[in-house]
Amino acid sequence: MLVYVLKGGLTSAIYTEVLQFFMIVLGFAPVVYLALKDVGGWSAMTDKLHAVAQNPMALDLNTKSFAPDAWTSAWKPLLGGYDANPMGVNVFAVVFGLGFVLSFGYWCTNFLVVQRAMAAKNMTAARNTPIVAAIPKMLFPALVILPGMLAVALTAMPDKNYRIPPPIIAPEAYTQAVDAVKNANPADAAAGVKAVGDALGKKVNGEKIKVNAEKITALIAANAATRMSDEQIKQGIYNDVAEYDYDSVIFSLVKKYCPAGLLGLALTALLASFMSGMAGNVTAFNTVWTYNLYQAFFVPNKSDEHYFWMGKFITVVGIGLSIACAYFARQYNNAMDIIQLVFGFVNAPVFATFLLGMFWKRTTSIGAFCGLFCGIAGSTVFHALTIATGNVPGVKGAYLWSILGHEVPKGLMFPSEMAQNFWLATFAFCVCFGLTLVISIATQRTKSDEQLKGLVYSLTPKIVDHNVPVWQRPAVVGTALLIACVILNFIFW
Amino acid sequence: MGLDIRWPIGVMFTLIGVLLIGFGAVNSADSQRLGMNINLIWGVVLLVFGALMLLGAVRGKKTPPPA
Repeated sequence: MLVYVLKGGLTSAIYTEVLQFFMIVLGFAPVVYLALKDVGGWSAMTDKLHAVAQNPMALDLNTKSFAPDAWTSAWKPLLGGYDANPMGVNVFAVVFGLGFVLSFGYWCTNFLVVQRAMAAKNMTAARNTPIVAAIPKMLFPALVILPGMLAVALTAMPDKNYRIPPPIIAPEAYTQAVDAVKNANPADAAAGVKAVGDALGKKVNGEKIKVNAEKITALIAANAATRMSDEQIKQGIYNDVAEYDYDSVIFSLVKKYCPAGLLGLALTALLASFMSGMAGNVTAFNTVWTYNLYQAFFVPNKSDEHYFWMGKFITVVGIGLSIACAYFARQYNNAMDIIQLVFGFVNAPVFATFLLGMFWKRTTSIGAFCGLFCGIAGSTVFHALTIATGNVPGVKGAYLWSILGHEVPKGLMFPSEMAQNFWLATFAFCVCFGLTLVISIATQRTKSDEQLKGLVYSLTPKIVDHNVPVWQRPAVVGTALLIACVILNFIFW
Repeated sequence: MGLDIRWPIGVMFTLIGVLLIGFGAVNSADSQRLGMNINLIWGVVLLVFGALMLLGAVRGKKTPPPA
């Protein structure tokens, strides 16, 4: 990937991204279809999820109990408040924190997206791009959310011989755990469970791996009754680990349902989904660094060859940095939590700056800079003070309390990492927005209306689509898609 | 960017489709999942998709793009 980005640059990244999109869709679609067929269809899956929602503890998913539609309905669990959904969020956190700040912040301001719009061949193409992209995007939950639902339903069906994968545990740890089961005394269940848990070792973040005590006790008793083979004991321990590595779910479904042949296609799709995101972000990173930081501030007025060399060099550095980040990301049991955390830190305040800068001509550069700085500082402070229940203060937040020697106050604990992310983004956005607003009013304008033409919405001549039939105008198509999106939301209400 | 994106997409999926059909036809027993030869079926789907893309690319070449 490094080679083709270095040789081909943005063009190669864009071409392969399009290819990889089709690869992803066509590689995952059969897996989702097969899983759906195996579960017994959509209604069989929803029936199973209704049962799981009322007793998630049976699968070690959550300690609370929810209404039957908590895992199958898009809006009702959310409208029910914090306690009605497993994520512990309310409507405001999702609609404002996720729907407005985080998603607009990423899709409208992330340079990866903006760079592709700038690469379009003319204004019409650039304006149509998000609209064309919206059509498959609306249908994407079938490929990314449905497998998760199917995995939970399959785990709840004992005869399907499937479970959501546990975190990766070394084979030596499994061997030790097998020995622990064989040496355990069926009469002393607690000691046996503890021995198995100790044998399995710790997770990346230093916490012990949780095991389901009742199931381990049953396993020890079964082994005492009829001597099981090592393989059977190992399989039993594997089934009894009460932790989940959600990142591996799609991979495990691929392993279960794809014969050789289709397996190659699905694995390529997995690799493609990783690669296209990475290539896109690396190209965006090297552009921003070389043009906006290096050329603008650090080493201006050099030759084009020099900046071209710097672009290539920083690509290599960027890939090195992302490899380092991967080790950090292993602490989270799913990638979405850390992605949204990072976005909450940087994208949320940036979005506020963009919003004010693009739509309000009174914004001043001092206001924008101070607002952005304080926004990122705000998200840092928020992260230092809050944490999700069940997490140890440290990298996941609330480290300020550890430094001060306090317990984390209950009011600053969130039911889930994602809830923490949404509120962090909301807080950072509001801090940046508010400060930018106030400081801009308090400082002098440095740019006249003329200079801001084309940069601020109110001062830019509006594009009128003269020669385009009504049904091809971006505004009309956009509205139609919005209506379709609303209809989809009602279907899955 | 001179290359019509439909060319690489068409070629790639036609090839993959042919490969899957070949493997599914030859190795029918191993390709069974949930009662159907999924390699064969999906191979046909991919072949059709790739062929449609190539068709679009060929037609795009015949009508030159507006300057």
